[in-house]
Amino acid sequence: MSTSSYQPAPRSDAEALDDTTEKSGNERNVTSADAALAPELLVRMHDLMLKARLLEERLIRMQKQGDGYFWIGGPGEEAFNVPLGMLVDRGEGVFHDYLHLHYRSSATLLAMGADPVDALRQMKNVASDPYSGGRNFAGHPSIRKWNVVPVSSPIEVQYSMAPGTAYAQKRAGGHGITIVTGGDAGTAEGDFPTCLVWTSRPGHELPVLIIVTNNQWGISTAGATQHGEKRISDRGKAFGIKCMTIDGNDPENSYHQIKRAMDYIRTERKPVLMEAMVSRLYGHSSSSGANYVQEEADCLMTFEKKLEERGILTRAHIDELRAKYTQELLDASKRVREEAQPEGSTIYDHVFAETNIVGLAAAKSRATANGRGN
Amino acid sequence: MATMVQAIRMALHVGEERLGVTDVFGEDVGPPLGGVFTATQGLKTAWNSPLDERGIIGTAIGLALAGQCPVAEIQFVDYVFNTIDLLKLAGGMSWSSNGDWNCPLVVMTPVGSGIHGSIYHSHSFDGMATHIPGWKIVMPSTPRDAYGLMLSAIKDPNPVMFLAPKALLRAKAAPGEEIPGEPADERQLSKMIDAPLGDRSQWTPQWPDTPDMFIPIGEARTVRKGRDLTVVTYGRMVAVCTKAAEELVSEGVDVEVIDLRTLWPYDWKTLKESIERTSRLLVVNEDTEVTNFGEHIIRRTVEECFYVLSSPPKLLAGAAVPGIGLADNLEHASVPQRAGIAKTMRELAQHQP
Repeated sequence: MSTSSYQPAPRSDAEALDDTTEKSGNERNVTSADAALAPELLVRMHDLMLKARLLEERLIRMQKQGDGYFWIGGPGEEAFNVPLGMLVDRGEGVFHDYLHLHYRSSATLLAMGADPVDALRQMKNVASDPYSGGRNFAGHPSIRKWNVVPVSSPIEVQYSMAPGTAYAQKRAGGHGITIVTGGDAGTAEGDFPTCLVWTSRPGHELPVLIIVTNNQWGISTAGATQHGEKRISDRGKAFGIKCMTIDGNDPENSYHQIKRAMDYIRTERKPVLMEAMVSRLYGHSSSSGANYVQEEADCLMTFEKKLEERGILTRAHIDELRAKYTQELLDASKRVREEAQPEGSTIYDHVFAETNIVGLAAAKSRATANGRGN
Repeated sequence: MATMVQAIRMALHVGEERLGVTDVFGEDVGPPLGGVFTATQGLKTAWNSPLDERGIIGTAIGLALAGQCPVAEIQFVDYVFNTIDLLKLAGGMSWSSNGDWNCPLVVMTPVGSGIHGSIYHSHSFDGMATHIPGWKIVMPSTPRDAYGLMLSAIKDPNPVMFLAPKALLRAKAAPGEEIPGEPADERQLSKMIDAPLGDRSQWTPQWPDTPDMFIPIGEARTVRKGRDLTVVTYGRMVAVCTKAAEELVSEGVDVEVIDLRTLWPYDWKTLKESIERTSRLLVVNEDTEVTNFGEHIIRRTVEECFYVLSSPPKLLAGAAVPGIGLADNLEHASVPQRAGIAKTMRELAQHQP
């Protein structure tokens, strides 16, 4: 597999800022260089990236060994997805962040604190799969207590739903934002401009971080053969939306840029369109073989090299960690293999909800907010 | 004596005041117009959306997931077709997440022919809607039912599709079918809740004090008791079938007419009891006849009531053509008409095995 010729050079932070049509007072031209992250944060970020990568590799292995029917995931996006998950205001209800993710978001969930074993359970489609009870593919989570909206397979539909949660958040006050993410190919769907239109209505701008992780592929089709726009983020300009294209393969840069975008959205209550250039390291899905792609940049390798050079981590320590997580995930997958499949008789469960779960949760979060004078 | 559209408006007002409705929105739903059929005039939570049906349904889902209580309007059901995958998403939210989430929203949309709506203002959606599991689907035929079904739709923790027969939106209630609390004088009601012509910026409606009168989802209504034949219908065809049935009285043919009111989950108990009593079934609706919801009713009837049937169950439905033609003759040839319904009723009632 060769990389496509579509190669928009990721801009530096300062250049990315120039993309924005206006600047608010609390912004400054930060760059990764002048705002080095604390070593503990870098170590934590690496730990999560490594774990996320090994989780995906375990899932791929499970599928290849017959412990699952289909794999799709996000190896290659860890340098963006981990910082994103670390920066999420996790919780339930409008005063926390809503996440409309897609099927390459496992690293974000791990960074939010998800148990990797749950991803294995969904792969094995066992009844204990907390995301769908064995109903959905791997990589299709749903976690209501963290506002993680059910991930579904249709491409881009999440961009049409995101304005709804954000509308509720803007009305409620507070600092909760909506985060929506998807790939570059999907921006050809009408849902993408729907999101741009609905989040930028004059006087009704919505607090949404609109993310496009650009791996320059749509299954087997190179982005450059289908898209004439120079940068996807340029599409936000017509709507007055702050736009940026960032290097999503650099976790420090991602952290800064996501934080900067989130700070703006949390306070200004307006959208940001962020295009993150990332790699796709195991192809589209198990349907395309799920084999490691040598030609694309590997963010984990690059980051580890950097941490070694800076003396923050040693190779020996990294190898030890890798061996430890590999073993843990292998052991977990063996346990999951023994867990029960859902009963066929349960297919009619939850076609209809008996109670207004989300309504009750909203009432609860309103009461809590009132209690703390939000 | 409210019209159906006034009844819907009053129900939405009650929804806003007492049932937690947070958003009534869609194209031209907010001021100044208040809906192309005036269903949303004077409502405090009504707002105008971009002309984007996918955005409307998607935003309604997002609002619902955030614990709000949205009522979204698709201006004509003819324009809902590009949202079907989003409707599937809403309908599957609870099931796909194994009960983690629910998705409480109402989509209301005018359906059917009868106003010379031509190709793209005449579509039916009942067959399509009943093919999207996870939704409850209601379709009133009277203002009173519209009022009570809308309240139930708002209160339901699931997505509910409220299909409003557009030819009935301006039809008045029959005597005895009033909504409790509404003024008896229709002119008085109009003065209270219909927006004035011209500048409306200073206008506020005076809402009559109407009660929380829920018509339960899943309950059919027997419009006319009868001995010889069960007619199952809904929406605009209820009045047409009832009139056809009245015509046959003089011939000694006694037809039972059931208004299904809820298409899913439907009231099989009432249907089955009636079919077993009359031993004959006719289903009437406007939707295109192939893969028609009436075919399901007939299939179940054949499976469960086969040995009591005295005639083959029959479906009278719309012609399987791409749209309803504008000219009167075309429209009449496309959807069931009273004369044809009466003729079929007579034939079925007199059919001997």
